[in-house]
Amino acid sequence: MSSAEIAVLPEREGFKIRWGDLAPFIALAVIVLLGTLINSNFMSANNILNVITRSAFIAIIGVGATFVVATGGLDLSIGSMLAFVVGIMILAMNALVPSLGAWAIPVGALVALVVGSLCGLMNGLIITVGRIEPFIVTLGTMGIFRAFITYMTDGGSLSIDRSLRTAYRPVYFGDLFGIPFPVLITLVIAFLGAFILYRTKYGRRVTAVGSNSDVARFSGVHVGRVRTMAFVIQGFCVAVAAICYVPRLGAATPTTGQLWELQVITAVVIGGTLLRGGKAHIWGTVAGALMLEVIANVMVLSDMVSEYLVAAVQGAIIIIAMLAHRFTSSR
Amino acid sequence: MKIRMRGLALLSAAVVAGTLCGSPAFAQDKEFTIAVSIPAATHGWTGGVVYHAQEAEKQIEAAYPNIDVIVSTASSATAQVSSLEDLSATNELDALVILPFTSEELTGPVEQVASNGTFITVVDRGLTDPSIQDLYVAGDNIAVGANTAKWLVEKLGGKGEIVVLRGIPTVIDDERIQGFKEVIDQSDIKILDMQYANWNQDEAFTLMQDYLAQYPHIDAVWANDDDMLLGVLEAVDQAGREEIKYALGGNGMKQVIEMVKAGDERTPISTPYPPSMIASALYMTAAQFAGQAPMRGSFKLDAPLITPENADQFYFPGSPF
Repeated sequence: MSSAEIAVLPEREGFKIRWGDLAPFIALAVIVLLGTLINSNFMSANNILNVITRSAFIAIIGVGATFVVATGGLDLSIGSMLAFVVGIMILAMNALVPSLGAWAIPVGALVALVVGSLCGLMNGLIITVGRIEPFIVTLGTMGIFRAFITYMTDGGSLSIDRSLRTAYRPVYFGDLFGIPFPVLITLVIAFLGAFILYRTKYGRRVTAVGSNSDVARFSGVHVGRVRTMAFVIQGFCVAVAAICYVPRLGAATPTTGQLWELQVITAVVIGGTLLRGGKAHIWGTVAGALMLEVIANVMVLSDMVSEYLVAAVQGAIIIIAMLAHRFTSSR
Repeated sequence: MKIRMRGLALLSAAVVAGTLCGSPAFAQDKEFTIAVSIPAATHGWTGGVVYHAQEAEKQIEAAYPNIDVIVSTASSATAQVSSLEDLSATNELDALVILPFTSEELTGPVEQVASNGTFITVVDRGLTDPSIQDLYVAGDNIAVGANTAKWLVEKLGGKGEIVVLRGIPTVIDDERIQGFKEVIDQSDIKILDMQYANWNQDEAFTLMQDYLAQYPHIDAVWANDDDMLLGVLEAVDQAGREEIKYALGGNGMKQVIEMVKAGDERTPISTPYPPSMIASALYMTAAQFAGQAPMRGSFKLDAPLITPENADQFYFPGSPF
């Protein structure tokens, strides 16, 4: 069985593939260099820390999305799911404050992890048991989660209890040896993700299912289970991102996480994971998330682009990065 | 849908109380039907609009038993056009109170409704053909920008460096910025930068962090909406930038009014562009039918500064916004 799995792994000639794998990091380096040339403030410690910390949300969710995309799936519901998990978490924490005090924070975080994983499980089961395209299922749940958060907030905003605000704030704004907590959490999640993907049997099955689900099925892999599990991992990652998100602004609104799914999918694809599945690149995803955030940052720091055209330049840079990637990996 | 059901439940309760014989009495008891078509609660301000429309519905139906109010929300311009068609197909509308999603797309459909003799009240965003409406109720976006700017010019002594956060590219945003710039341009205050943050707290936080990284000295910030202001304040606090004397918003969001009431030094004022204008419009429309008070014309709500002294008048603790 295991030999069959290894056979479907996309193991091509080592040297050439390495350039392709390095592409997202090279692209990131180029954009960072551009940023430095455009504005001297870009390289200031404060700015760099801000940008890296901010990219944590997309990076953390992206690690989960890498699994889903690698199995050949797609999850459009992640932005709304984040908002929904954030909403549930805030409600749970606010309800627990009177009885638990500051302990409401870890308990609320635990609730978030459970809710997030269950949301992912729901997506996965509908897709695999119901045999419906992931695009359609997650488009449906995207609307459902978004409506729930709008309902929970009455269209306004849902704030965390004031007594928890100060205790919880350091999770986003605090640091350990100068490294902000969200960055540490991203690293832990990415390491875990990379370990599962590259070092475990499940990880090998993920890419096997993604590159050819029929071959994987004939080799005895339970394709449905592997796919469902990928969505559970996605849901878990969304919950981890939610735990980092709440301390930043302390509130959920109906626009929380709006269109993040597109940013996440972009980060995953720029990072070198194939959208049709079969090839996954966890650290590339992290680099992709950083790239998106750095591009946005450079746009604001440079005075060259009119505020009306910022989005066009961002779009162009992403396409150029992808073309460069294709160019380097095809030779 | 849900709101309509609630409206019906309320209404039938009133009918039962009045006549004790159920639905046939309906039509006789309710002489006038006023439909309210508003955007769904997709962000803070529209959330406030929905809240105030529902409150006004309850109050008006209680005050005037012969008026039936139907509130219908729509999540896009196309959905609003459909809901207008549904409303006029299933009801005999005496009046329509509408906050159009966009001016251009809704003008035709509203004209259609008006051709049946329905009294049209337009709120906030004007139609491209003002002759369709009987009553127009709106806030003053130019004044929102201008009044904030006047206050800022005075407090900064006519000089300094400021940054501005814009909302979503729309007429509303353009007008606020226009009003603001017209006043600022006459002083020696320099606008360092002005970018879109889409009336979104997260994006405002991010943009403000970038402003702070780029400009070592900023005297004041103006986010043209209070939702964005909350993100801005978080970024400024994190960076510990003490030199920023004023951080102002606009719209009169509950949390910001609370800050104004508490005498916050950095955010001592706000300017109202209140979602409750839908309630003003609904009351005026009801008066047209229930009272002997002709209401045709244009009514522009002023945008006076909200200060600690008058903040109570703008504070609605029950509202989501």
